[in-house]
Amino acid sequence: MLEIIRQPWPWYVAGAVIGLTVPALLLLGNKHLGISSSLRHICSACVPSKIPFFKYDWKREAWNLFFVAGILIGGIVGTRFLSNPDPIVVAPATVKDLEALNIQVDHNLLPASLFSVNNVLSLKGLMFFIVGGFLVGFGTRYAGGCTSGHSIMGLSTLQWPSLVATCCFMLGGFAMVHLLLPWIMSFVS
Amino acid sequence: MKNQEEEILVAPLHPPHPVECEAPNDQIKAENLIVSNLKYLALGTLFGIVLVKAEVISWYRIQEMFRLHSFHMYGVIGTAVVVGAVSVWLIKKFRIKTLQKETVVFHEKKFHWGNVFGALLFGLGWALTGACPGPIYAQIGSGFFAVTVTLLAAIAGTWTYGLLRERLPH
Repeated sequence: MLEIIRQPWPWYVAGAVIGLTVPALLLLGNKHLGISSSLRHICSACVPSKIPFFKYDWKREAWNLFFVAGILIGGIVGTRFLSNPDPIVVAPATVKDLEALNIQVDHNLLPASLFSVNNVLSLKGLMFFIVGGFLVGFGTRYAGGCTSGHSIMGLSTLQWPSLVATCCFMLGGFAMVHLLLPWIMSFVS
Repeated sequence: MKNQEEEILVAPLHPPHPVECEAPNDQIKAENLIVSNLKYLALGTLFGIVLVKAEVISWYRIQEMFRLHSFHMYGVIGTAVVVGAVSVWLIKKFRIKTLQKETVVFHEKKFHWGNVFGALLFGLGWALTGACPGPIYAQIGSGFFAVTVTLLAAIAGTWTYGLLRERLPH
């Protein structure tokens, strides 16, 4: 049994569990899936700075912070006790593309050549941690949600603004990978 | 002033949400800050395990998705949407109540231009970091401690949005 759990889980298992989070949250207490909101609650709790957008009772929304704390714990459990002993399998075409960009495909979930602690204070770190993270935080709030709030919760409740947002998430991602990433890699490496 | 009075009138039934909170808490019954929220910690833990085990937190999987080299991420998101939509339909159809016997509340999202501009910016960041907000937490838990910097930058991004909100096209 543990052998099976340790293997990478297929997409339909992951998709089903993630999809079931929507009714689980609704039925446990009328909560709406949306993970980027946690970033806003952290701002509200720690650095509201008299900005109206952050002036609200974040404690009422604290369930969201418990949920993301759970995700972090889940990351620990999934990696410590259930991790796949074999190296990650990456599509050969992607490996080829990444090698052309000077990104070494290694055995971890994230390439160490980009995401190691040593890179934090380099140009690579500036792009992949600071600029990337800033775009995620700024973009999701401006968009009114992220992959969970728009693409899963929003599409599940058939909201067309969420469909617009999801298409634009994808468009942004395609633009980064195909147009900007080659250019970024040319000056950070 | 008129608005404030209205808010006070409505308050006992629907305590105020953050302005346009996109993932609101619609429970009417009062909750204990710690005890009531432990169930969300547990559910989050399951969510995090799935993100790791299905390699959704992997930078490579996101690259494959945007290079159209793998079906995996499309399968994950597609299945989640179908399962979520069927669940929501069932909740509406059979008027299933919450654990607190309350009616499940749904909100209509109103289109604004942030759904385009903000979403494009997030897409750029998603492809760079290989993470949307959920996977950021799972990556840190997974031992990629440098991603804490990504999280801090994301918080700074959200804060900056709050600061500039009135001046951005919506």
